[in-house]
Amino acid sequence: MRRFTLIAIPYFWLLALFLVPFLIVLKISLSDTALAIPPYMPSLDLSEGWAGFMAFLTELDFENFVWLTEDDLYWKAYLSSLQIAFFSTVLTLIVGYPIAYAMARAPEEWRPTLLMLVILPFWTSFLIRVYSWMGILSQEGYLNQALMSLGLISEPLIILNTNIAVYIGIVYTYLPFMILPIYAALEKLDGSLLEAAEDLGCSRASAFWLVTIPLSKQGIIAGCFLVFIPTIGEFVIPSLLGGSQTLMIGKVLSEEFFSNRDWPVASAVAIILLLILVIPIILFQRNEQKQREAEK
Amino acid sequence: MAQTVFEPWNDPDAKPIIQFKNVTKRFGDFTAIDDLTIDIYEREFFALLGPSGCGKTTMMRMLAGFETPTDGTILLQGKDIAPISPNKRAVNMMFQSYALFPHLSVWENIAFGLKRDKMAKDQIAARVDEMLRLTRLEKFARRKPHQISGGQRQRVALARSLAKAPKLLLLDEPLGALDKKLRQDTQFELMDIQEKTGTTFVIVTHDQEEAMTVASRVAVMDHGKIIQVATPAEIYETPNSTYVADFIGDVNLIEGRAEQDGDKVRVAWAEGQPAIVGTTTRQFDKGQTCHFAIRPEKVAITATKPENIANAVKGKIHDIAYLGNISTYHVALPNGHMIKAQAANNRRLSRRSFTWEDDVWLSWTDTAGVLLER
Repeated sequence: MRRFTLIAIPYFWLLALFLVPFLIVLKISLSDTALAIPPYMPSLDLSEGWAGFMAFLTELDFENFVWLTEDDLYWKAYLSSLQIAFFSTVLTLIVGYPIAYAMARAPEEWRPTLLMLVILPFWTSFLIRVYSWMGILSQEGYLNQALMSLGLISEPLIILNTNIAVYIGIVYTYLPFMILPIYAALEKLDGSLLEAAEDLGCSRASAFWLVTIPLSKQGIIAGCFLVFIPTIGEFVIPSLLGGSQTLMIGKVLSEEFFSNRDWPVASAVAIILLLILVIPIILFQRNEQKQREAEK
Repeated sequence: MAQTVFEPWNDPDAKPIIQFKNVTKRFGDFTAIDDLTIDIYEREFFALLGPSGCGKTTMMRMLAGFETPTDGTILLQGKDIAPISPNKRAVNMMFQSYALFPHLSVWENIAFGLKRDKMAKDQIAARVDEMLRLTRLEKFARRKPHQISGGQRQRVALARSLAKAPKLLLLDEPLGALDKKLRQDTQFELMDIQEKTGTTFVIVTHDQEEAMTVASRVAVMDHGKIIQVATPAEIYETPNSTYVADFIGDVNLIEGRAEQDGDKVRVAWAEGQPAIVGTTTRQFDKGQTCHFAIRPEKVAITATKPENIANAVKGKIHDIAYLGNISTYHVALPNGHMIKAQAANNRRLSRRSFTWEDDVWLSWTDTAGVLLER
């Protein structure tokens, strides 16, 4: 009985905060737009009992999902989101791995401070940090001023409102999510393994490829998923730093919702996005599971 | 059949495989190795023995190439090894933690070094199989290190470090993680493998029993210096200092003043006690402070005073340590000095001849102990 109570709490939590909202969104995605509050129909009228429920069911249809396949905006936005998420993940890995490596190699008394510095940005609002990137990247921004005063460029670079700005924003924002799991894996790495590799004839570089990289693989995979999954649905960064040509599904979704007030189509977009995300989330879970088993 | 005794260190023509020449290693202010000179010969099983922090691991890491000497040179087959990086040395090391690669199977772990040498695939396979047979690991080739026991892991580490057929194998506390019984079995296995492969082994250990069992010669170290290098028997029977005598095995140390007469020395050591008579090849000045060291098992314990023996003292049994096969008696002399004597328990415990508070005689011959200057 006590075990049941213990398990019931997280299940109830999931039910209330995940399954119920999901069902509501699913229901809206199967409805039609209407000039009403809320702006869709049918609405469920429980006063008519079973017959009313059946009538409600018959009015639901997959129209909105069909619509998503007819307008190429949507699948292009999905593809573009996947592409941006993929490249951002690769970039974050390229930037994050050396940082995590240096942290793990730093003297032990330094490590808490370095970890603190990685987490420090979270103390400021995410929005403020993205806005400040606008100040840095704009044509009159600090970056262009610095480059021009150094004489490296004569004309200001156009970075803000391009995909480059989106990549910069995403790499900056999600870097800690990449660094922390890789750091955790590298910190556990026994230094004598590298000495053993060298002793057996590896150069420093090949010891890194043959020992360090494989042994931090779990951290790399975890970090990549932690960046990739939220980036697909990212909305704030592309809408603040990206231009009109930056196509991301999060932006499309918010436009459907707030500008077009087409809640059913927005909900359908969200459902498809969720289905796309389920695959990497399952893969991520399996990676975590494997890691736990390996540590046993 | 006559066997030739293996002792290249006594052969002036023998060429040492390893030579330390005035090697000093400092870490900041700390001197880990202090002006050390030593030769190690081919096919030797050489043990570096000492308490932790005595510099034995530093010596080994210098041989492997993970540390470079601050001063002096280390020669491997006559060539200075300082400029050679660890991955180019014909020296392999078995790490204390074994340092097995957790992401690779036993087979891949053993093949790791061979693959780095760009050896042909079938040759690698043949060599790995040979190593697996040597260490009796054939059944575990496909397992990962975390799927086998500690003793098996130890054998994988040994197989991996031997796979490249190094000229010199370094073993850093190789049996430290094993329990006592397994350790004893493994010691003999190590000796067997060393003999079969003909590799020179240098082993670092703080376990004197282990060093005595496996090694052809033992170097006892303290504070970055080698105090004595000799065969296990010499180290035990004729230690050159009280430090070595005390570090290896159990010993009674008695300080006194020497009075030499030929090869006999009389040591006056306490008021009212007869002087101890010992034999030595050294020279002691009259009245010089000296130490008489005698192993407990060389002290006989009897109920009555034995006849015709050089040394005999009377005492009372203060304590008995029962170790199963032997017992150690702590005997208090009238002046309060405590002497340990060991006797084999060749009778059942209930029929033991002596018990607490018994008056006994301790005796030993004039050649039983050694006289030490320091």
